[in-house]
Amino acid sequence: MGNDAHDTGTANVDFAAVQSSPRFQTLRRRHRSFVFPVLALALVWYLVYVLLAGYAPEFMATPVVGRINVGLLIGLGQVVTTFVITMLYVSYANRRLDPIAAEIRSENGGER
Amino acid sequence: METNVGNPILNIAIFGAFVLVTMVIVFRASRNNKTAADYYAAGRSFTGPQNGAAIAGDYLSAASFLGICGAIALNGYDGFLYSIGFLVAWLVALLLVAELLRNTGKFTMADVLSFRLKQRPVRIAAAITTLVVCFFYLLAQMAGAGGLVSLLLGIPDRVGQSIVIAVVGALMIVYVLVGGMKGTTWVQIIKAFLLILGAGVMTVWVLAINGFNLSTLLDRAVETAGTDAILAPGLQYGLSDVSRLDFLSLGLALVLGTAALPHVLMRFYTVPTAKEARRSVVWAIWLIGIFYVFTLVLGYGAAALIGADVIRAAPGGANSAAPLLAFELGGPVLLGVISAVAFATILAVVAGLTITAAASFSHDIYGSVIKKGNPAPGSEVKVARRTVLVIGVVAIIGGIAANGQNVAFLVALAFAVAASANLPTIVYSLFWKRFSTRGALWSMYGGLASAIILIVFSPVVSGAPINEATGLSTSMIQGVDFHWWPLSNPGIVSIPLAFLLGFLGTITDRKREDAAKQSEMEVRSLTGIGAEGATQH
Repeated sequence: MGNDAHDTGTANVDFAAVQSSPRFQTLRRRHRSFVFPVLALALVWYLVYVLLAGYAPEFMATPVVGRINVGLLIGLGQVVTTFVITMLYVSYANRRLDPIAAEIRSENGGER
Repeated sequence: METNVGNPILNIAIFGAFVLVTMVIVFRASRNNKTAADYYAAGRSFTGPQNGAAIAGDYLSAASFLGICGAIALNGYDGFLYSIGFLVAWLVALLLVAELLRNTGKFTMADVLSFRLKQRPVRIAAAITTLVVCFFYLLAQMAGAGGLVSLLLGIPDRVGQSIVIAVVGALMIVYVLVGGMKGTTWVQIIKAFLLILGAGVMTVWVLAINGFNLSTLLDRAVETAGTDAILAPGLQYGLSDVSRLDFLSLGLALVLGTAALPHVLMRFYTVPTAKEARRSVVWAIWLIGIFYVFTLVLGYGAAALIGADVIRAAPGGANSAAPLLAFELGGPVLLGVISAVAFATILAVVAGLTITAAASFSHDIYGSVIKKGNPAPGSEVKVARRTVLVIGVVAIIGGIAANGQNVAFLVALAFAVAASANLPTIVYSLFWKRFSTRGALWSMYGGLASAIILIVFSPVVSGAPINEATGLSTSMIQGVDFHWWPLSNPGIVSIPLAFLLGFLGTITDRKREDAAKQSEMEVRSLTGIGAEGATQH
C-alpha cells in the first residue's frame, strides 16, 4: 500500500488482538467519554453566543460594570472556557490516557 | 489623512532586517534537509512549545491582525464576535484531531484519510481539497499584500505594488526551497514572537493611557464614535434574518474548518510524538487566545484615539487601524515595527501554505498515485521543490491579477471548504468503524462542490446591492447578477450536507473495508504504536 508508514517495526503487532484487549477498550472508552461530551458542550456554548449576538443584541448591550456589558463578558467568557477546557483535557490525558497508552505501546514493541 | 504616515524607508529597513535574520536561520536550518521527513516534517524535531508558536505564526494572518483590529475599530463588537470563532475552533483540533492525526499519518492529511480506505481515489480527493484550500488562502494573502504595500510603504501605483508582490513571492520561494519545513517553521516562530510582542506592547500602552481600566477605554471609544452602538452586536453584520443566518454560517465554517486546514494539520507532523502534538495545540491556544484579547483592546484603542472616520479615509481603510494606532502611540519607529511584522506575517503564512500544497502534490499525487507508493529515493523531494517553484510563480501572478479586487471572501471560503470537504472524512475515518471509501468520496467531493457552487451563486460574486458612496457593488463581478443563494457563506448548507453524504455513501456501500486496517488505524491513533519519531542526525 502507499502508506509507507509500515516501515517502523509494526510487522509483528497483532492489531486486532490489541484492539479487542480490555485495556485498549478502556483507553478507547476513556478517550471518547471525555472528548465527545466536552467538545459538544463547547460547540453548543459557542452556538449560544452567536445566536445571542444575532437575536438578543439588547441583552448583550446590557451594562454590567461601567461600559463593560454582558456581550463583552460572554465573549471573554468564551476565551476563558476555551482555556479551561484546554487545561482540563491536558490534565485528564496525563492522568487517564497517557499511562495506559504507554503500557500498550511498550507491550507491543514500542520503546517509548 | 491623504498621505501616508510614517517613514517608508524606515519600514522597509526594519522589514529588511527581519528578512536578513530569518534568511540566516533558514540557511543554517537547511543543512540537515536530506530526507522527505526532513523536508516535509522538519525531521519531526520541534518541541511542542516551538510548534505551538509556529502554529500561531501560521494561523494569525495579516487578515486576523489588521483585519480584526480594523473591524473592531470601525464596527466595534462584531469584530470581536468574529475573532472568537477562530479561537474556539482550536478545541476541535485539540480534542479530536491533533494527536490521532500525528499518530496515524506521516506527512499529509491524505495519509490519514486514505489509511484504511482505497488508497488511490481517496488520496486523489484529499490532495484536490488540500490544493483548493491552499490556493484560495494563498491568493487572498498575496492579493492582500498589494493593499498592505500601498498602506505601509506609500506605493499607490499598480506597477510598484506588483513589484512588491513579486518580491514577497520570490522571498517566500527562497525560504521554502532552501529551508523546507524547518526553515518555514523558524520563520513562523520568529514572526509569531514579533507579532505577539508588538501587539502586547501596544495593548499595554493603550491600557496605560486609560488608567488600566477597560471601561474607561470603552468610554473614550464611545465618545469618539459618538454612539454606544459600537459596544453591542449588529453594526457590521446587521440584524436582518439573512445577516443572522450568514454569520451563523460563517461561525460554523470557522469553528469546524480550522481543524481541517491542511497547512495546520501538517504542522502536527513536525513534532516527535502525539504528546508533543498536544502540547503544540495547548501553546497555540494560549498564544492565539491572548492575541485576540489584545486585538480587542487595540481595536477599541484605535476607535478611541484615531476615530472611525479617519481610519475609513486612510489608504487601506479598515486595515489601517492598527498601523495608525502604532503611529499615534510610538511614532514612526513603532509604525515601522508593526509594518514589518505585517509583512513578515504574509511571508510566514504563504510559506506555510506553499510547503503544504507542494508536499500534498509530491507525496500524495506523485509519490503515492503516479509512482504507486514507490518513488525513487529522493525523487519525491525533488518534485516537491519543483512544485514550490510552480506554486510560487502562480501565487505571484494570481496576487498581481487579484490585487485591488475584492477577494477578502476567499479566506472565509477556504475555511468553509476545509470544514465541508475535509472535516467530515477526518472525523468519520478516525471514529466510525463502518466508514467506507464511497462515503469518503461522496463527502469530500460533495462538500467541495457544494461550498464552491454556493459561493459562485452568492452575493459575494454577483448581485450585491450597489453602495451609494462608491457607486460600486460589493460583489467581485460588477454589473451582472446571477446569484440565487442569499448568504455570503456556504457552510450552513455545505457542512451538514458533507456529513450526510459521508453517512449515506457509507451505508449504501455494500463493499466492506478491510477490518484489519481499521483495527490497525484505531490502535495506532490512540496508542502511537509504530508512529515515526524524530530523525537522528
